[in-house]
Amino acid sequence: MPADAVASARAADTGDAGAGDAGARGWLQRHLSKLVVAPSFAAALIFFYGFILWTVIISLTGSRMLPSYEIVGFENYVNIWRLSRWETAVENLFLFGVLFMGLSMALGCLLAVLLDQRIRAEGALRTIYLYPMAISYIVTGTAWKWLLDPGIGLEKAMHDLGWTGFAFNWINDPDMAIYTIVLAAVWQASGFVMAMVLAALRGVDDEIIKAAWLDGASLANIYRRIIIPTIRPVFLSAFVILMHLAIKTFDLVMALTAAGPGTATSVPATFMYDMAFQRDRLDFAATSAVMMLATVAAIIVPYLYSEIRSGKRG
Amino acid sequence: MANLPAQAAADTLGARLGRVALYAALGLFALFYLMPMLVMIATSLKDVEEIRSGSLLAWPQSVSLDAWRYAWSEACIGVECTGLAPYFRNSVLMAVPAVLLSSLFGALNGYALTKWRFRGANVVFGMLLFGSFIPFQVVLLPMSQTLGFLGLASSVPGLVLVHTVYGIAFTTLFFRNYYVTLPDDLVKAATIDGAGFFTIFWRIILPLSPSIIVVTVIWQFTQIWNDFLFGASFTSGGAQPVTVALNNLVNTTTGVKLYNVDMAAAIIAALPTLLVYIVAGRYFVRGLTAGSVKG
Repeated sequence: MPADAVASARAADTGDAGAGDAGARGWLQRHLSKLVVAPSFAAALIFFYGFILWTVIISLTGSRMLPSYEIVGFENYVNIWRLSRWETAVENLFLFGVLFMGLSMALGCLLAVLLDQRIRAEGALRTIYLYPMAISYIVTGTAWKWLLDPGIGLEKAMHDLGWTGFAFNWINDPDMAIYTIVLAAVWQASGFVMAMVLAALRGVDDEIIKAAWLDGASLANIYRRIIIPTIRPVFLSAFVILMHLAIKTFDLVMALTAAGPGTATSVPATFMYDMAFQRDRLDFAATSAVMMLATVAAIIVPYLYSEIRSGKRG
Repeated sequence: MANLPAQAAADTLGARLGRVALYAALGLFALFYLMPMLVMIATSLKDVEEIRSGSLLAWPQSVSLDAWRYAWSEACIGVECTGLAPYFRNSVLMAVPAVLLSSLFGALNGYALTKWRFRGANVVFGMLLFGSFIPFQVVLLPMSQTLGFLGLASSVPGLVLVHTVYGIAFTTLFFRNYYVTLPDDLVKAATIDGAGFFTIFWRIILPLSPSIIVVTVIWQFTQIWNDFLFGASFTSGGAQPVTVALNNLVNTTTGVKLYNVDMAAAIIAALPTLLVYIVAGRYFVRGLTAGSVKG
């Protein structure tokens, strides 16, 4: 690899042992690269890894309003499951995550395939499908909260149009409110899947498709045998990103339902925030945060590992 | 495609119907994405009476910018009735330095990690990269303690620090992935001519970087402007960014609910990132995909 070759040649030139090329300037030039990265690395050690360690330690203590450092062991990890709100949060995350990922993928892929049929005004349509990704989840939540409010939103609009039997009050129904969050989240993120899949579709070699077409392959077969296998890495990337978004979901829930009605739409992120800043239970806040991190790490670390390995070969 | 003309002639009607269905589907989806924004805009231009009596989907009968003015300079957020303006300013004062600082660090890191590789450079990169995936809940508690310790609790400079630190992971990823594609010979030739680390960065690398700078700046600006978690966790009262103020405004329950003001406020909060997206959408898309594909 050229980069390594240059680096090792340079190391040989300057003599890593430090003999010969003395002087502050020479030393500085040799180590400048490390010095430049050092502040960021130090920040990462403290603000990423040091803070994670601190949170892990707090999760093993009985901290309430203020951090205490008396280790009580893994009690919190057992006791947290006795809280119905945490149970609700985990169930919601699972339900929300599956629906959000599935629907965003399906809609995003559908839009990408439709847009890939030599469409006029493709640029404008793409812009329209993707713009929600540029705005804040708080804005999205505010807009949908209002649209879904039965007294003034879509339900009232349908009644005004004469369809008086129309009922759409999910947002006030503890059993259905979580689906309103799915709806708003899919509205926001599906354009992102569309953009990724469309970019991948454009990268598929036209010649291969033409050849297959000439050989009499059907469109379905071309998709199944050529296109989908070629763009499969993008599906993986999109899935990882969506899963990551799902686990971190916080703003949208706060703006759309504020975790209500009651605690019906709690998710782990709102649980953690509530325990940390409203209920003075630092122990449970830290415990829930560590479990979120562990979930993300279980997905991301193998993904990054395989990405960096394949990147090296390329 | 020799057999295509015959085929096309055979099912012209079918093909044409197919195209009509295709465009109809695309149009319906466009409506689904546009509808909330259109309804928000229309509502923000109506007065309260018209919202109550008229249809959600109707365009305002008399366009009025009163709600916008009220949202900007008079609406009550908590107990302060200052409108969104001061919070909007907080967001600007938070986002601009944080975007610049994190992008600068990212560019230098990316350059050092690819063109002046040292032992352990990959480990350093991996550790920074993982930072871009951390659920921030895991750093909220120690960060709020640290900000208090530094005397930056509930302040805009505190938010600048937080966004810079957690932005570096992303910016380093962006620049590193871009610089890895630049030929190493550029740097090698310049070192032989006696140029040093910063001279090469300034004279050779930066002039090749406008596109990745735009991608990074847009990505960082969108992330930082739209942040809610850090703003809600680390600030209160007058130091809040616009997203937190918007959420408080909408959830303030005293008095009559002014939906037109809520909608105007939401659009105001969304406007900067929306403008960036409309002006530089191409780069925005590249940021989205660059943030996800390939290490």
